[in-house]
Amino acid sequence: MYLARVIGRVVATRRTPGLEGVALQWIQPLDASGAPSGRALVACAVISSGPGDLVHYVDGREGALACPRPFVPVDAAILGFVEEVARAEREER
Amino acid sequence: MFLAQVVGTVVSPVQHPVLDGESLLLLAVLKPDGSPTGTTRVAIDRARAGVGERVLVVDEGNAARQVLGRDGAPVKTVIVGIVDYVELDGRLAYDARH
Repeated sequence: MYLARVIGRVVATRRTPGLEGVALQWIQPLDASGAPSGRALVACAVISSGPGDLVHYVDGREGALACPRPFVPVDAAILGFVEEVARAEREER
Repeated sequence: MFLAQVVGTVVSPVQHPVLDGESLLLLAVLKPDGSPTGTTRVAIDRARAGVGERVLVVDEGNAARQVLGRDGAPVKTVIVGIVDYVELDGRLAYDARH
């Protein structure tokens, strides 16, 4: 599971069966300091996240398990909002 | 499995219901010598780890579901142990014992 920032939405009306009603969003993975790390990807959102939100997500087979129907062709899903990351020395939003 | 350093606690008030009641920690993944690889994980803490501690982490869905005891849970990364010491090439590379 990883930390990421939602950077956009993806709209695709024609989809594979099972993906109806699932929100697709662009997310940018972040490193431990909150800086962008690696390539952005498209993930399903099982929470009501939107651009700008700090979130955590899961990839691989577990992405599909998070969806309302678990047998869907999905390889990443946003699992939750991150309100804050509390560190020993400082806190960031 | 790999070793990681706990760098922070992740506060997530709204999330997938399977994660309710679980505590999430932000981890920096480590090389054998203890230096960071530069990659990061968010993990479920099942070893009651604290910030700064070195931990043993499993990053595979079936293992994670087994630890949580929840079939079909969308989880992957779980802290399963707190490291006391690490031996590398016959020498102590890390020692948290007092």
